[in-house]
Amino acid sequence: MHNENQPLIFEVSKPGRIGYSLTDLDVPEVDLSALLPNSLVRKEDAALPEVSELDIMRHYTALSNRNHGVDTGFYPLGSCTMKYNPKINEAVARIPGFANIHPLQDESTVQGAMEVAYDLQEHLCEITGMDEVTLQPAAGAHGEWTALMMIRSFHEANGDTGRTKVLVPDSAHGTNPASATVAGFDTVTVNSDENGLVDIEDLKAKVGDDTAALMLTNPNTLGLFEEHIMEMAKIVHGAGGKLYYDGANLNAVMSKARPGDMGFDAVHLNLHKTFTGPHGGGGPGSGPVGVKKDLAAFLPKPVLEKNDGVYTFNYDVPQSIGRVKPFYGNFGIYLRAYTYIRSMGPDGLKAVTENAVLNANYMMRRLEPFFDLPYPQHCKHEFVLSGRRQKKLGVRTLDMAKRLLDFGFHPPTVYFPLNVEEGMMIEPTETESKETLDSFIDAMIQIAKEVEENPEIVQEAPHTTVISRLDETKAARKPVLRYTPATEEELVKA
Amino acid sequence: MMHRYMPMTEADREEMLNVIGISSVDELFADIPESVRFTRDLAIKEAKSESALLKELSRLAAKNADSKQFASFLGAGVYDHYKPIIVDHVISRSEFYTAYTPYQPEISQGELQAIFEFQTMICELTGMDLANSSMYDGGTALAEAGTLAAGHTKRKKLLVSETVHPESRDVVRSYADGQQIEVITIPQKDGVTDVEELKKLLADDTAAVLVQYPNFFGQVEELQAIGELAHDNGALFVVSSNPLALGILTPPGELGADITVGDAQPFGIPEQFGGPHCGYFAVTKKLMRKVPGRLVGETTDDQGRRGYVLTLQAREQHIRRDKATSNICSNQALNALAASVAMTALGKTGAREIAYQNYAKTHYAKQAFEKAGFTVLGGNSHFNEIVVDCKRSVKELNKQLLEQGIIGGYDLSLTYAGMENHALFAVTEQRTKEEIDALVQEMEAVHA
Repeated sequence: MHNENQPLIFEVSKPGRIGYSLTDLDVPEVDLSALLPNSLVRKEDAALPEVSELDIMRHYTALSNRNHGVDTGFYPLGSCTMKYNPKINEAVARIPGFANIHPLQDESTVQGAMEVAYDLQEHLCEITGMDEVTLQPAAGAHGEWTALMMIRSFHEANGDTGRTKVLVPDSAHGTNPASATVAGFDTVTVNSDENGLVDIEDLKAKVGDDTAALMLTNPNTLGLFEEHIMEMAKIVHGAGGKLYYDGANLNAVMSKARPGDMGFDAVHLNLHKTFTGPHGGGGPGSGPVGVKKDLAAFLPKPVLEKNDGVYTFNYDVPQSIGRVKPFYGNFGIYLRAYTYIRSMGPDGLKAVTENAVLNANYMMRRLEPFFDLPYPQHCKHEFVLSGRRQKKLGVRTLDMAKRLLDFGFHPPTVYFPLNVEEGMMIEPTETESKETLDSFIDAMIQIAKEVEENPEIVQEAPHTTVISRLDETKAARKPVLRYTPATEEELVKA
Repeated sequence: MMHRYMPMTEADREEMLNVIGISSVDELFADIPESVRFTRDLAIKEAKSESALLKELSRLAAKNADSKQFASFLGAGVYDHYKPIIVDHVISRSEFYTAYTPYQPEISQGELQAIFEFQTMICELTGMDLANSSMYDGGTALAEAGTLAAGHTKRKKLLVSETVHPESRDVVRSYADGQQIEVITIPQKDGVTDVEELKKLLADDTAAVLVQYPNFFGQVEELQAIGELAHDNGALFVVSSNPLALGILTPPGELGADITVGDAQPFGIPEQFGGPHCGYFAVTKKLMRKVPGRLVGETTDDQGRRGYVLTLQAREQHIRRDKATSNICSNQALNALAASVAMTALGKTGAREIAYQNYAKTHYAKQAFEKAGFTVLGGNSHFNEIVVDCKRSVKELNKQLLEQGIIGGYDLSLTYAGMENHALFAVTEQRTKEEIDALVQEMEAVHA
């Protein structure tokens, strides 16, 4: 049984092997035990693997073969915008003049990098309709928190200290309420109406002089545009609150509508989503924040400026919320995003949105006969199916997701948003061909048929992956979070 | 329009519109109220071809002075170290870099296992019981350690040593501010945390004591004594540590740390103008269920095969929503992978050897400076950085060094009062004896 396991790098380790090449020391040897206090000198080496360079390459190649990425196949994971990651981005990020520059070098020696950052800020201002942008936040959730801290400082600067609440729709991403809490606010949930949009009456009832902000994703996580956005803005602004735009779904509206024109005061963007980050298996991301003029005084410092053609970091920002990250954000990621924007241009970005929305609507209409579609209007870049019908036949959405693995597809986001029973949130993106969409649709239709005719095959899926469903309860109940070499006793038993 | 990233042809579009039952894509945007509809073209730069854009951006890159052309003595949290070439080959495998968070373990075993190995390597280096899958960077990891400690102890004061990286301290303050936690600075004395001052500041409302090891000035703090003081007062002991230094230094886990954080940038991650790097977060067992971010755990499938999953997710934002104690969602998986490959390449002996070389080179530089008549702060308990009194403005000095192809040290007067003319020089294993000698000679010449 055990020989089926993919060995850990520690298990292929052999004492004495090396995988490194260090230059011989060209300065005199030192005696650490004579120079450092005994208590500070490490006694036992860290048990890192001892392997050759080929061992390393084979190991990680084997691991990569056990991993599905966008380059492997279709990845319609809703709200994650799994689009193609252009290769020029990778080439640009590796140019030594970008990859090997230190953040604390004299500004005169990094003007090229600062120009990229500044020009990106300008581009993002125009794309979002905001007045100022900071590139400092490391990721979307980090950007949410950054913007909320700015909104808090804004209210406090106005002597408006009673604004302790942040309104969040029930369809919001989990990071929204978490960010509000971490920024020191209480969260108030606003309900959706029967059309999947924010219930205006509920919003009116919950907004008040204790409202700091409303956090909103538009289009929302159902892929629906909040048509009453201007009315909502009026309600929130009328009560003295601010409007916050979660930019996770910007791929749906680029060049069609801008948060800044919809009444939003602050926005974060996920450069690793809309602007081809890439996702990296979970990060690094980049989560710039754009704001309107009245929030600009509170931007994290330093603020990147351009004076007489020279780029400078301004640290003299008295009302700034402070630093949210060392240095200037994830430069290596926003450099890729900049490269992408410059590869697309205004016409390209417009076509991105149109194709992304067209693809989603096409899939939705073709799948509509086979699955429940709780909100039947046109969608934007993504849509949410419900597996209610299949659940009645004893097959859960999770089972169908696992069955998709057998067809070589990454499943949609499942059980989200929370306001759809057995939800499947599908976001195809604009970089997929009609043939790919069709083959995914065919697989979904086949699965729907299997649910009726042969449910076991779905319930027991996946059948073709390197491993079948894993025991998550066991993982949580008796956590094993690191490798520990087997003791001799265990080896004897084995 | 056709673009190499978008495969839809006109014919495809026609067919799809037919299926949807509309005649134009515009109908799909009809729900956007006219008052907010954006009707003009975006006023951004026109698209460039692949070659033209690469040329333009290469020119911009060439305006920067990089550590491949210049001998850099700049550190202060970001270092120019040996990056095994194999690192880039591994992280360029796009099955890794084009994947999302491994929410579907059956087709993400590669990523999950790689992270499990990363967690193990961090535990090995730090001497802690468990580590998470990574954080944004060392600064935000330290800040999250502070808020974790406040939540865990239900106390609202953090004592942070003045010898912790100034930018990390700024981030700690920003995070603490969100949760009404007070941050108090423990003053330094001779480049290390002033233990007498710490004793005075410790009280029964102290949530944690936060120090750095080696500290911002490159000095190796006596952790055990500080940790004992923290624990005597019921506070947690948080150590921010350069993991590369732990090749020769006693791991914080053996010196009383409850939480060890830091940045894995020294292991195979380029400087990249400050990010992305790779924070790590390691704790003792008792804090396992308080750790922010993602954790990978081992389990089995129904056939008994070993596999890996994201686990203990009840801690995380997408489950706890407004009850979450951290809002972190992404991690730095690709950089954690890079660090894993570098740690693997170095391995057991290389990790010691590279740390040793850093110590030896820095020690050589220290002696060379002293021989040349410069005062160097502290004794021999340094790692790869030293503080030198340059006897003149560091800004001016660095300008002249640059003309000689040298990127000078960090100007300490920017962040520390009373440290005019003092620079923090980083001497990694990448700096040759020749380069060190040239630096010292140049400074002597400038001084003369």
